[in-house]
Amino acid sequence: MNLQQLNLLFNGTILMDGHISSDYTKAFASDLMSDVLRYRMENTVLITGLCTIQVLRTAEMSNITCIIFARGKRVTPDMLALAKEHHITIIESELTLFELSGRLYQGGLKPVCQ
Amino acid sequence: MRLHFEIEGGDFTAAGRASSEVKKTLKQFHIAPEVLRKVAIALYEAEMNVVSHAWSGTMDAEILPDAIHVVMEDKGPGIENIERAMEEGFSTATEEVRQMGFGAGMGLPNIRKNSDRMVLTSTPGVGTRLEITVLFKA
Repeated sequence: MNLQQLNLLFNGTILMDGHISSDYTKAFASDLMSDVLRYRMENTVLITGLCTIQVLRTAEMSNITCIIFARGKRVTPDMLALAKEHHITIIESELTLFELSGRLYQGGLKPVCQ
Repeated sequence: MRLHFEIEGGDFTAAGRASSEVKKTLKQFHIAPEVLRKVAIALYEAEMNVVSHAWSGTMDAEILPDAIHVVMEDKGPGIENIERAMEEGFSTATEEVRQMGFGAGMGLPNIRKNSDRMVLTSTPGVGTRLEITVLFKA
């Protein structure tokens, strides 16, 4: 699914559109970036409640092009700047990691396999 | 082609810049995306280790026709027991590092997984040296 179809599932606030024509097929939910770095993340949406610049760096290294920040976490200007530089889409949501995961799963996204 | 970077211990805002630069440079050489991913992840994990544990360090990357060879050297507390440090789940990371989403004891095993050759040596109280080679063709 594309970005618009993805966001219809949870009505988040798209703060940055990376303008990458991604076809998202999988999602991964984690606050532990060490775990994100252990999986293949192509075409994967990252859902996280961790809101630091290292989430952006982790996404950049793992080729993740869309991050949903859960639980009402607010993305900082330096994080947005890094997202812009690397064409990473940023979405904020008030929902919890659990609810976001449920909605995306129900919407057809698959888990990431090792 | 050689690239050199200085890495500051404890500077989590800058952590990842050196790895990002290497990834950007490699992209220009039309390296396969899978190889690019392996290099980026191995270097980023190594860079996070320096920022998380050492006082200062350097990253020296040499891009060869068929591989990338990287040496990371740091001044810091070093590693008491390398065998234990290589075990998944073993970590001496501080609470600050854990709050950044790291320090789960996955870094060194993940570097090994994403590199074709890895040599880790350390002198406790002095520092650590990590050599990584990733081949461009599997």
